[in-house]
Amino acid sequence: MAVKKSSKSILLKLSLLLFCFSLLSSALAITPGTGDGYSINGRVKIPSLGAKGFGLPGKLSNVKVILNGAQRVTFLKHDGYFSFHNVPTGTHLIEVAANGYFFSPVRVDVSARNPGKVQAALTENRRGLTELVLEPLREEQYYEIREPFSIMSLVKSPMGLMMGFMLIMVFLMPKLVENMDPEEMKRAQEGVPSLANMLPGTARS
Amino acid sequence: MAIRVFLPLLLLFLSSSHLAFSLYEDQVGLMDWHQQYIGKVKHAVFHTQKAGRKRVVVSTEENVIASLDLRRGEIFWRHVLGADDAIDEIDIALGKYVITLSSGGSILRAWNLPDGQMVWESFLSGSKPSKSLLFIPTNLKVDKDNVILVYGNGCLHVISSIDGEVLWKKDLTAEGIDVQQLIHPLGSDIIYAVGLSGLSQFDACQINAKNGELLKHESATFPSGFSGEILSVSSDTFVASDATQSVLVLINVRDSGISFQQTFISDLVQDFSGTAVVLPSKLTGIFSIKTNAFIVFIKVTDEGKLEVVDKIDHGATVSDALSFLEDQQAFALIQHGDNKIQLTVKQGHDWSNDLLKEGIEMDQQRGLVHKVFINNYIRTDRSYGFRALIVMEDHSLLLVQQGEIVWSREDGLASVIDVTTSELPVEKHGVSVAKVEQNLFEWLKGHVLKLKGTLMLASPDEIAEIQKIRLKSSEKSKMTRDHNGFRKLLIVLTRAGKLFALHTGDGRVVWSRLLHSLRKSEGCDYPNGLNIYQWQIPHHHALDENPSVLVVGRCGCSLDAPGVLSIVDAYTGKELNHLGAVHSIVQVIPLPFTDSTEQRLHLLIDADQHAHLYPRTHEALGIFQREFANIYWYSVEADNGIIRGHVLKDNCILEVADEYCFSTRDLWSIVLPSESEKIVATVTRKSNEVVHTQAKVMAEHDVMYKYVSKNLLFVATVAPKAIGGIGLVTPEESWLIVYLIDTVTGRILHRMTHHGSQGPVHAVFSENWVVYHHFNLKAHRYEMSVIEIYDQSRADNKDVWKLVLGKHNLTSPVSSYSRPEVVTKSQSYYFTHTVKNIAVTSTAKGITSKQLLIGTIGDQVLALDKRFLDPRRTVNPTQAEKEEGIIPLTDSLPIIPQSYVTHALKVEGLRGIVTVPAKLESTTLVFTYGVDLFFTRLAPSRTYDSLTEDFSYALLLITIVVLLVAIFVTWILSERKELQEKWR
Repeated sequence: MAVKKSSKSILLKLSLLLFCFSLLSSALAITPGTGDGYSINGRVKIPSLGAKGFGLPGKLSNVKVILNGAQRVTFLKHDGYFSFHNVPTGTHLIEVAANGYFFSPVRVDVSARNPGKVQAALTENRRGLTELVLEPLREEQYYEIREPFSIMSLVKSPMGLMMGFMLIMVFLMPKLVENMDPEEMKRAQEGVPSLANMLPGTARS
Repeated sequence: MAIRVFLPLLLLFLSSSHLAFSLYEDQVGLMDWHQQYIGKVKHAVFHTQKAGRKRVVVSTEENVIASLDLRRGEIFWRHVLGADDAIDEIDIALGKYVITLSSGGSILRAWNLPDGQMVWESFLSGSKPSKSLLFIPTNLKVDKDNVILVYGNGCLHVISSIDGEVLWKKDLTAEGIDVQQLIHPLGSDIIYAVGLSGLSQFDACQINAKNGELLKHESATFPSGFSGEILSVSSDTFVASDATQSVLVLINVRDSGISFQQTFISDLVQDFSGTAVVLPSKLTGIFSIKTNAFIVFIKVTDEGKLEVVDKIDHGATVSDALSFLEDQQAFALIQHGDNKIQLTVKQGHDWSNDLLKEGIEMDQQRGLVHKVFINNYIRTDRSYGFRALIVMEDHSLLLVQQGEIVWSREDGLASVIDVTTSELPVEKHGVSVAKVEQNLFEWLKGHVLKLKGTLMLASPDEIAEIQKIRLKSSEKSKMTRDHNGFRKLLIVLTRAGKLFALHTGDGRVVWSRLLHSLRKSEGCDYPNGLNIYQWQIPHHHALDENPSVLVVGRCGCSLDAPGVLSIVDAYTGKELNHLGAVHSIVQVIPLPFTDSTEQRLHLLIDADQHAHLYPRTHEALGIFQREFANIYWYSVEADNGIIRGHVLKDNCILEVADEYCFSTRDLWSIVLPSESEKIVATVTRKSNEVVHTQAKVMAEHDVMYKYVSKNLLFVATVAPKAIGGIGLVTPEESWLIVYLIDTVTGRILHRMTHHGSQGPVHAVFSENWVVYHHFNLKAHRYEMSVIEIYDQSRADNKDVWKLVLGKHNLTSPVSSYSRPEVVTKSQSYYFTHTVKNIAVTSTAKGITSKQLLIGTIGDQVLALDKRFLDPRRTVNPTQAEKEEGIIPLTDSLPIIPQSYVTHALKVEGLRGIVTVPAKLESTTLVFTYGVDLFFTRLAPSRTYDSLTEDFSYALLLITIVVLLVAIFVTWILSERKELQEKWR
């Protein structure tokens, strides 16, 4: 539902743009450019940008769009649009390098037969794109989250285990010994020669 | 019994450790450091008019555009453009946009000055490459838009500075003009373009700024021809030198036509001989020429006469003109003295009057001044002051104001060529370490704070305190060797020919030295550094000597250019020895032999296939003669597709006898068919890599023997058509062939073809495996492939009885000449990103499992366990294989964000990854360089041999205390109980 909404809003914006600049109407498409190549126009959309803490204005400016593995590098305008000019026909690869987001590379077919039509697909999941709007597949969290203090984590730590074991020995063992049948106890004591009996001088009776 | 219960629990705890390298956010900066640089500044534009932050916008040779704080030199924002997107010119338009012209005048971009956001981008097409010019007229409006004039690729473009729209374009190639200067007189609607067509015709055009109409085109031929650029002295007067470079030509463009006026330089300058070059500058009424001995300033008088105003020493640097007040112009001049530089700011029209004259103390290691940019400010007493931004020979950037260096940036470190490491000195007896150790109370306090932190009980203030204690730990930046081998010196060679020693603890510069051998000199015009090698690593008996490194360079770019060598002390940076302009250096082979002072023997191969031995001592020669027959090496001619193996033959036959020079002969050669294969990558194992065991134990107690040889070479070739990069070939006409070649015999051990794949290929070779990254055109995705090579001849040594009876062949020597029976296994996986570089972790003993360090296109470094690239992975591993740690096969390699070594940082312009083993087996040191530098410590299998950084000693102490108390209390209780029993 939400996805639908956002795509609708793009269309709306697009139609608005159509009114405003005739130049931008060709956005999100492949157009025959001046000279011998074509132009690839597209847009990078990062939905949560701005909503989150690091949605500072500097953030979008650090996004790079890369054509064919660093053959060409371009940057985003403030509205997320980018374009490559003078691109020859063939199948190309566009990557987006944005810190904190994982983008799938996009294969883009530029052919002389049907200019103006986008033939693009995400290479990660082979999903086709009807227009060249690139969105991150997921956010990247570079740090482990420190789990808040819990008794379990303390108990699970080696020292916690050690302490737990000691506690068991100190408090539970006497209880167990107490609950034992006195006769059985005697038998057990007889079976094992007491350490105290073996030491000279300490023997009491 | 207690132990039996406890052990599994402990094991359970240990095994829960994570697969990947991971970091908590508050651990940033504990063992890593990150430094940001920009590179050698080409252009600088100041932005100081308005109130608020004063800044300077610079573009550099590393294709960086950056905005720097003028007060401290910090980076406000920075962009690294693509590798072939070199910046031609920069300027500021409308007071708020930074304009950059790049890619040979074909891409024009505007960046928002405060935050560096790109505002617009224009692609300017043209017909043929030409000089590119960017000119922003102060007050020229077309349709109410302030415009930008760009000349590039033979066309003149007028572009709106609001949105980058090309208003009009005029192709001047039709007229045959190569424009050199654009002039726009204030207030007029006419643009003047002057240039040359051919070598001897001078052209002047008048173009209507509104629509690009060519109003007037005049040309005149100067019979003896021009050389170099045409300089504008005023709006109608130009200067050039003629083809012989001994005559200055003054060109006047008037309504009546173009007139030339020649002046012999020898008439102006008395002791002139040879040639002179007109220096490019933007001054009015004055220009400078550079002769072999002097820089001569020449004034053009109103009557059109040339007049020498001053003659200064060769090494001076002149800035462009700066307009201040209404009609005044100033420029800066820097001359060198002993240990200082002399900054003079002169007024454009009045030579005798200096606006400013300052002497500034300058570190000798910064070399000469290469560039200077000036800016003015108004002092408190309303007079004009000047500040100068100076670019030095070592690429550092300095801001000078009032005779002081306000700030400096070591931007040479943005262009690292090669890296090596050196151990720090051993801690000597008598050296007090008392001030490092804190007293017990503080130590305990620190640990209690840490404990609070781990229990999440600390207040924000305390957390800040903890972070400060952790980051400031003086332990890590000490100048002595440590037990774990974490502290080392990184010796870094930069493109400027400067050597830096960086401390691994905090990244500070311990020493830096501009090498003599890599400075421009009489015999060597364009020296460039190539590599650093470890020359001397003192061990037991030579411990009193300092370690030293060998720096190898070359005069010029061609392979047969004479080489230069320097030996530098790694502790002090002193240049112990330097040899200038020796034989050419094509290849440097560090030999595995050292002499009695632990100097490593090196074999340098020159372009004539002669081998030269260093160090040139009799002792070294003696050692070398003993091993004469055992030295093999190979060479790769990538252009011709030939790989050759070489051995030594005899002493050289030269005119001058040289006993350290040896002739060589070819042992074998592999010629690849040039019509179907082109070499794109070759890689071998690191010579200092340690392999712990040759045997690999498989599931079901099976053993495989790794084929571990130092003489294996991995070669990747692609179809010649596929060399150009992605997007140009179809899968049918592209293939990638990989080879494993023994470099002693030239035997091809393995050959494999990937159909429909192409380069670029990045590969890494370690132990008995190669991992390489390439592009699969069919799936249109990148792939990473692994090849593992096993020795089959040892495979039947599994029988215990054979081992007992000594009938095994395990002790038989490994020789390249015994034809090995090898088995290879290989597998491929998809990988998402483009890769810039691949390295592998290396540890002291080679026991710790390996991780691949992948430098991605996003300038991050990803650590990927080698276990993911194991050819034995299957979709459904058996139970036994699972126990062995084989991961079920997936079609693509996982990218776990937590396993980025660089975490949230970027190493802009990443070029290299270097790993160095620490003394602690579990740990390896990683240094990544590009425009930025990044260093960290990695433990590919977690730190199993030491306690982690956040180990809480306080918790241990408290546990012990609690246990003691408990023992005491229970003892008292039991005593009391016993007493009661007795009374009963």
